[in-house]
This record gives sequence, C-alpha cells and structure tokens, in this order.
Amino acid sequence: MTSVIYDFTPLTQSIDQFLTKNLSQGWALTIELVIIGLVFLLFYAVIGLYLVLAERRVCAFMQNRLGPNRVGPGGFFQTIADLIKLLLKELIPIRRADKFLFNLAPFIVIIASFMAIAAIPFAKGLHAIDFNIGIFYVIAVSSLGVVGILIAGWSSNSKYSLIGAMRSGAQIVSYELSVGLSLLTIVIFAGSMQLSEVIQSQADGWWIWKGHIPAVVAFLVFMIASTAETNRGPFDLAEAESELTAGFHTEYSGIKFAFFFLAEYMNMFIVASFAATMFFGGWMPLHIGGWDTFNHIMDYIPPIIWYFGKTALMIYLIMWFKWTFPRLRIDQLLTLEWKYLLPINLVNILIVAFISWKHWHF
Amino acid sequence: MTEEIKEILFTEHEEYMINMGPQHPSTHGVLRFEVFLKGEVVTRLVPHCGYIHRGIEKMCEKDTYPQIIHLTDRMDYFSAHMNNEAVCLCVENALQVEVPERVKYIRTILAELGRLASHQLWWCAFGMDLGALTTFFYGLRDREKILDIFEESFGSRLLHSFITPGGLMHDVHPNFQNRIKEFIKYFRKKLPEYDQLLTGNIIFQNRTKGIGQLSKEDAIAYGITGPSGRGSGFSCDIRKKYPYSAYPYVQFEEKLSEVGDTFSRYKLRIDEMWESMKIIEQLVDNIPEGDYTAKMKAVLRLPEGEYFQKVETARGELGVYIVSDGNKYPYRIKFRTPNFSNLFIMNKLASGGKIADLVAISGSLDLIIPDIDR
Amino acid sequence: MEIITYITDIFKGLKSLWKGMMITGYYFVHPKEIVTQRYPENRKTLVMFERFKGEVTMPHDENNQHSCTGCGICETNCPNGSIEIITRKEVNESGKLERVIEKHIYHLSMCTFCELCIKTCPSNALAWGNEFEHAVFDRHKLTKVLNKPGSSLKKEPKEKKLEEVKN
Repeated sequence: MTSVIYDFTPLTQSIDQFLTKNLSQGWALTIELVIIGLVFLLFYAVIGLYLVLAERRVCAFMQNRLGPNRVGPGGFFQTIADLIKLLLKELIPIRRADKFLFNLAPFIVIIASFMAIAAIPFAKGLHAIDFNIGIFYVIAVSSLGVVGILIAGWSSNSKYSLIGAMRSGAQIVSYELSVGLSLLTIVIFAGSMQLSEVIQSQADGWWIWKGHIPAVVAFLVFMIASTAETNRGPFDLAEAESELTAGFHTEYSGIKFAFFFLAEYMNMFIVASFAATMFFGGWMPLHIGGWDTFNHIMDYIPPIIWYFGKTALMIYLIMWFKWTFPRLRIDQLLTLEWKYLLPINLVNILIVAFISWKHWHF
Repeated sequence: MTEEIKEILFTEHEEYMINMGPQHPSTHGVLRFEVFLKGEVVTRLVPHCGYIHRGIEKMCEKDTYPQIIHLTDRMDYFSAHMNNEAVCLCVENALQVEVPERVKYIRTILAELGRLASHQLWWCAFGMDLGALTTFFYGLRDREKILDIFEESFGSRLLHSFITPGGLMHDVHPNFQNRIKEFIKYFRKKLPEYDQLLTGNIIFQNRTKGIGQLSKEDAIAYGITGPSGRGSGFSCDIRKKYPYSAYPYVQFEEKLSEVGDTFSRYKLRIDEMWESMKIIEQLVDNIPEGDYTAKMKAVLRLPEGEYFQKVETARGELGVYIVSDGNKYPYRIKFRTPNFSNLFIMNKLASGGKIADLVAISGSLDLIIPDIDR
Repeated sequence: MEIITYITDIFKGLKSLWKGMMITGYYFVHPKEIVTQRYPENRKTLVMFERFKGEVTMPHDENNQHSCTGCGICETNCPNGSIEIITRKEVNESGKLERVIEKHIYHLSMCTFCELCIKTCPSNALAWGNEFEHAVFDRHKLTKVLNKPGSSLKKEPKEKKLEEVKN
C-alpha cells in the first residue's frame, strides 16, 4: 500500500527536498507555487470542458435523445470545438458601459472559484492548502463570486442584465447561510474544521451513515442550498433563458462569456466535491467499523478513484435536479430559504450538538 | 423635450420599460410586449401584434373557394384541420350540399387528432417556459406518432389542405384505423406520466396556483373562448352548443372549472386530452363506407348573401364570415380568430404580478401569433 | 396545528419532487427509448411514406412518355402561380394542328403543396415525389422543368381518359 498511487506524500516531499537542496528557500517556494498554479490551471480547464460535455450527454439521455456524438468519438472534442469558436468570436464593446468593471467581472468570478479549488483534498498527500480553518476558508472565498455577478449586471448598461444580477445577488447572499450551517453539523461531528482531519475521522465509516438522521437532513439541505448558490438547476432565474434571454451575462460575447460559463461548471464541481468530502468521506474508501477484511478489500481501490467517483455521483445528482424541475420565482426562492431551510438547519444543529455530546452516533 | 415626454410616459419616477420583444424565447412567435415595471412588479403591459401580418383575408379575395383552403391552414397552424373545416362547412352550407357520412366521421377524427397534437405541443412549450426543459422532448416524442398518422395518409405533417368543399381530397390510407388504435393505446399509458412529471410537482403548483385569476364576467366581456374561457366557468364549447360534422353522434363531457387561475386552465387542457381520446375511440371503429366526396361542380359560385360558420379549434371559437356577390371569388372573407381575443386580456391578468408570472400566464393562454395577425 | 401542516407540507413536497425525478431517471437508464434517427447515416435504408409530399413530379414510363397534354388546367388552379405551361402547335398524324406541351415549368420555391394541380389534372399527368432534400445554394435551381427532354405524349384511347376525370 505504499506505491505512489495510494499515497502522494513521498512524491511531493521528494520534489520539495530536491528544490530546497539546490536553490534558496524563497526561490524554491516560488517555483513550487508556480508548479501548483499551472497544474491547477490545467485541471480547471480540462475538467471545465469535459463537465460541459458530460452535462449535454446526461441531459440528452434524460430527454430520449443522443447528445453531441459527431465531433470525435462520442463527442469527445465537442467542447474543444466550441472553445475554439468562442475564442474566434468578436468581443462586442458596449456603448456607455463601464469598461473597467465590464472587463473585470469575469475575472472576479474565475478567481473566486479558483481559490476554492485550492483547498480540495484530492487524495492522500494531494492537498494544496491544508488550513486548520479549511471549511471556513472555502465558504468565505466562494462568496466572492457574487461580487463578480453584481458587477457584470451593473456595468452592462442593460435593464435585462441588471434585473438578473439583482435577483442573483439576493439569492446567493441568502443561501450562503444555509450552506454554512449545514456544513457546521459535520464540523461538530468531526470536531475540527481542517479538511484532512474531517476525512480521517471518516476512516471507520462515512458521516452520512454514522450521523444517521441529522446527517441525512444536513446533506439534503446542503444539496438544495448549494444548487442555489451556484445559480443552477431549479434556481437559475438569474440567467433564465426563457424569461430574460440570459440575464446578467446577456451582453458578454466570446471568451468573456466562456469565463462565466466555465466558472458556473467549476462551482458545481467544487460544491459536489465538498459534498463528497464532508458527507461521503472524500478519498476515504468505504469502511465499515469492525469488518477488517472488507475494509482491506476496499483499500485496494486507489483513493483518487474513490474521490472522483463520489464527486461524479454528486454532479449527476445536481444535473438530475436541473433537468427535471421547473424554475422557482424569486420570492418563492427566498421564502424557501428564510422560512424552510433556515429553521430546519438551526433545529438540526441543536440536535447534532446534543447527539455529539451524548455520543449517540455510530 | 425628451424630459417632458418621459414625465408623461412614466406615471411614477421609479417605473421603467422593458421590451419583451419580437424575438424572445418565450413569446411563442413574433409578438412584442411593452412591459412597464417597478422593481420586479409589472404595472402595465401593452401588446403589439402585427409582425407576421401576411394579408390572408385580402389574398383570399382573388382565389376561388377550393384555393382558399391552403391559406387558412397557415393561420393557426396547430389546428390546421379545424380551420379548413370551418371554411368548407361555410361553403357547403351556402351551396346546400350534403356531405357523405364517411366524410363527417373522418373530419371529426382529424379535428380531434389535431386537438391532441396541439395540446401536446402546448404542454411541452408551457413546461419549457417555466424552466422544466425535459417536458419539451417528452411532448414532442409523443406528438411524432400523430404526425406519422398524418404523414401516411396525407403526405404532410403540419399543413395538409386536405379538407375541401364537398369532402376530402382523396381517401385515407388503409392503415389509418390501425395506426390510430395503436396510438390511443400508447398515449393512454403516457399521459399519466405527464401528470407525474409536471402536474403534481410542488414547484410547478406554486408557480401556477393563484396566478392570473380570470373571472367569468371578464371572460365573457373580452370574448375569451376555448380552454382559457372554460377555465373560468364560461361554457362556450361549440361542439356542444352548435354541433357540426359527427359531433352529434358522440358522447363527451364539456369540462368546466370555477377557479380561473393558470393551474385550472392547465388542468382543463389535460382533461380535454382525455376527452379527445374518448371521442376518437367512439368514432374510429365505426367509420361508414362510402364516397370520400360529394359531387361538386368544377367551379363553385356561392349565391349572393352572407354566410357564417363557427367551429371549435384547439384554442377557442373560430368564426368564418363570407360575403358573396355571386362570383366565384368571395367578395369579403373575415376570420374571427380566438387568439386575437385571448391576447388582450394579458394586461389585466399580468398587472400586479411579476415577470415570471407574465411568462406563465401567456403560456397558459396558449397564444399562436400568426392567428392573431393573419 | 401549524407545525404539523408545516412538516407534512415538506414531506409532500419532497415526495412529489422524487416522483418527478423517477421519470427522468427511468429514461436515463433506458437508452433503448432514444428516438433519434441517425440521419444522414441512415440515408440508404430510409423509406418515406409513399404519399409523402416531397415535390410535384411528372411520371415518365420506360419509353420516356408522359401524359401531359398541355391543357393548362393545373396552371389555372394553382393559387399562386407556381406552374407555367409553354405549348407549341404541331401537326399530328391526322393532319390537324394540335397543342403539344413544350415546357411544364414548376417553381418549387413558391409551391405551397396544396395538391390542387394533381387533383384537377384531367389526364393524371402529375404525381407526388418522395425527394425531400431540396436545399440548394442558388435559387434558380429550384425552378424545374417537369417534362424530360425528348419525351412525348402517351397515346391513350379516348374512352379511358374520360373515365379518369375526377370532378
């Protein structure tokens, strides 16, 4: 169990030692940061592209049709073709739009999601930032995205965009509460906000099983709140195509539109991976406390496969929501948050605190 | 000068105007809504139609009566058979020609199939407007079966020009009855799925219950007929009140609802789909043998006078009014289309609601724009 | 009690959402229900219905003969002038001057597929064809001449022709 595929720590440590031996401390740190940045950029781009293709194929199967399957085997190169098309498009300048803010908005959205990706634990040892306030950092950083959306809507000098941005701002700010409070239940169970600690505490079983009813309730609330956070699914009235012709990013064309589009899919990926990490154990294989042979068999599958499998399942669930349900109106959305999700969350936290104190979980 | 105009146009300083304008994903066709909003609430709505006016009534004045049929297809294209039937019944009543029984049965079956296909398309577009994008494909998949029936007998899927004065263009395909029976069996299993996916959904019910309340007095005053009017309790089914073709021979219910909101109009159309299937089942096995057309002269001349006929299309009451001066061309033909009357209730229904409600209301009224503009 | 209705509302709502998800989930795991036709890969095996209205054609038999006498009834009945008949006078076997069709011009770009020309032709010269791929880059290619070059009129005995007159 010590080959690199199971534990990436020796690999990263050897690179670190190699660099510090040959260069000074400052230079080694800089080169490491550059390497990590490039790896993440590549990862971001590739996963973003293939998530778009996956969504189109999944929604097509649900609708009794095939998705894109002509460009490359099974449509493999479809998004790359779309990306090339978007790169070649004209960037239409808007009259009397605030130029600086108009160009800045896509970058803010990308930066917010990029900062959150850095904290995801992909496998043992493959964890870029391991703060002791891991969850707190992620929630704080992902709420920067709303600034980008509001700036985009305001600087477009168009009524459609402004309506979309205002709706989206109200929605994201409200649902951040539910996201934070539902993740708080797992923090109480695990006893720490550091992500690697949370994963280690699931070594004898995932929290969704160990924390029985309150954890299931927290999981449901988290899924609903996070689809609302990312402007997806039945909560996508910020960009409701059938009402407002694309909402806050109506006036963007070409690569800037591609940024918004990509950021939405990466936000979905981040949310899915945090659901997988907190509730389903991240890269921890399925262990049942006490069944040692079973645990030993489960350990044969490399942790990175576990992680991507769980994330893919969560992503499928989010896509399933989008393609089945009609859209909620803005006041119904806010009613859902303030009158239903928030009280349920608060009651849930009380119950979880009580259960954790009495050790009534598995 | 512009400041003064702005003062006059906007009653309060916070109001602003958006064009949901001729090209828009959710107004089904080229229709422009000038929407005056305060925040998210609609205060006033002005519809502008006429973007697809083609002068059908004027073009009919230079065509003989068999040649008018292909133009009436293109008014409300989802009720193409019913439009054709209206003009043919008017001409046949004027010439006092009795069509064979076979013709009556087949015309009624085609009208009901057209109604089913139209309501299927309405359902899928309504779901799509509200955001449930999968409903579009389910509705279309089932509608393909009806279009296959049409294609086998007439050769075209949407615009047939099949019903002519005197009867039909030619006889139906021998496979007609079997295909219809297969389709009814298939669709009876699929229609409950529509309910499961959309009608029972709590999000959908919150979006449509209590929205766009239309009172019975308003429905009668504005002339809202069809399922939109019946949803408010206005009993206006032409098939019951002034039966034509084979409708006297079948038994079906006229569904009414006392609540006038979007959800009741929605439910009523789904119920109408069940009733249409009942009508088709009663007729499809009993089509009498016989001629597919009555003996008509080569050139039809209507005697001098005015003639009127109304039929029930999928969206309401269509009236055809022909003024003839003895020639082989009509002197004036006027169509009273249901969508034209249904459009102008939008201001009253949508004021006070939100933009999302506007989309739901216009979807539930089931507007077809070429019918408004002719 | 309000708390009870609150909680039952939540459960009823979740149940209705779950039922809706079951339908889309069912179609996701049953790829056999896919109804897309693989056009244009299936062009060789594609069979249209025999009555499909693709375009108006004039059927010619194996001796390159058609039935069009050039009477012009289809041109009169066409509502928007999609048919133009050009005839010439020829001396036939019995020495009389007879009208013979030279060109039967059909504007596919203007045709509304109303079937009046086919129905009112007294000699059954026109019929529907099944071809549906009409897209061209030049609009003038849509103006077709229906009688093929070098074709001639099929000679039928006169009694048979009268029987075929429809109305």
